[in-house]
Amino acid sequence: MTNALTLSGKGLGKSFNGRAVFHDVSFSVAEHQTLLITGHNGSGKSTLMKIICQVLTPSAGHVQVGRADSAGDGGRDLFGFVSPYLQMFEEFSAMENLAVAMGIRGRQWNKREAAALLERVGLDPDRDEPVRTYSSGMKQRVKYAFALLHHPPVLLLDEPAANLDAEGVSAVRSIMAAQRKAGILVVATNDPGDVDTPDVMVDLDARR
Amino acid sequence: MPGDSTRMSSYARSVMSVFLKDWRSELRTRYAMNALLMFVVTTIAIVLFSLGSEGAPSDALSGMLWTVIFFSAMSGLSRTFVMEEERGTTFTLQLLAPPSAVFFGKLLFNLVLVLGLNAVTILLYLALITGFVIQTLSIFLVAVLLGSLGFAAAATVIAAIIARANTRGTLYPVLSFPVLLPLLLTVINATRLASEGAYFQEAYGEFQILISYIVVVVVVSSMLFEYIWKD
Repeated sequence: MTNALTLSGKGLGKSFNGRAVFHDVSFSVAEHQTLLITGHNGSGKSTLMKIICQVLTPSAGHVQVGRADSAGDGGRDLFGFVSPYLQMFEEFSAMENLAVAMGIRGRQWNKREAAALLERVGLDPDRDEPVRTYSSGMKQRVKYAFALLHHPPVLLLDEPAANLDAEGVSAVRSIMAAQRKAGILVVATNDPGDVDTPDVMVDLDARR
Repeated sequence: MPGDSTRMSSYARSVMSVFLKDWRSELRTRYAMNALLMFVVTTIAIVLFSLGSEGAPSDALSGMLWTVIFFSAMSGLSRTFVMEEERGTTFTLQLLAPPSAVFFGKLLFNLVLVLGLNAVTILLYLALITGFVIQTLSIFLVAVLLGSLGFAAAATVIAAIIARANTRGTLYPVLSFPVLLPLLLTVINATRLASEGAYFQEAYGEFQILISYIVVVVVVSSMLFEYIWKD
């Protein structure tokens, strides 16, 4: 048996106060593949992303993620998540945010690695102003460092290019390419142009 | 087993990091500390002015001490969760740590805050209120320690519940009062015994109630918290 990473959802549905957001959503992606989730505003893309990373419980169905030899072994450390509604701890600097995140994950802190990652996303690791003083584009870059520092096998990007300039978009494209080589990439977007060649697509407009 | 001890130390680091994040954040914003101190000073001043130089019986003074502590705590202890909700960092924490690690980290932060609040309140109360004397210090110290732990445990889980509500400001003391009532009645009684010079053994009943209260609240809260926190 190979030790391949897989991510699958079967019969997923979610309702809030009796109102169904989507129903019967199924997908299966393997290592080195990309899952693209599309749909209009309010179609439940963010809700599905939260269900995949196990922050929300689905009203129906289930998600499985893990290696072939540990199927179903879900956990927070399997996921990295970037979205416009993910907020950093704004009273701390970018470096402090990464240290806080690794501490709360229960992981060892490696400042050199964090500094290299901040440089990779185009931020100065020595900048010690709190994140609340950053522009929205810079905050988005901090979120990428926050999502990548623990080397997640599954990277979830909700509207990956939100608030980013051309240079930022280019950095995100290289992060997406690297993630495809390292594990699984999941992208939720209104703009299918964000992903060049998705392997699996879920159109939530067809699941309402 | 090495795997279990690694998981345990990772979990302990997670709890400690939630506590330290809140602590550093509090040192930078001073939001809860300022609110707590303002309430302590205001409520003790009201008690002082209403009593004048006449004083009051020890049971009334014991009750007033815990009234000051209750309302002061209500002004600041909900911040630990309300702040995360207002700043949108609840989701961030949900991504990072299991619910129980967040609960115990927040509980630890609230416990430190309550112990600090109680120390300041008691020192001011002893210095300013005529006729309030502690004769059996051991009863008083145990009552304050157990009372603080019970206060922090109940206040933490109620803060998690009300953080999701629109009327969180008014809901907190209203929801807290019935939950904290058994604790308040017991610590008031223990404080009265301490001020009347009772023997330590005479307060055993109060301590048993306080310990039972803490065990029940902590166990039930840690079980309920996952449901409150996740959806």
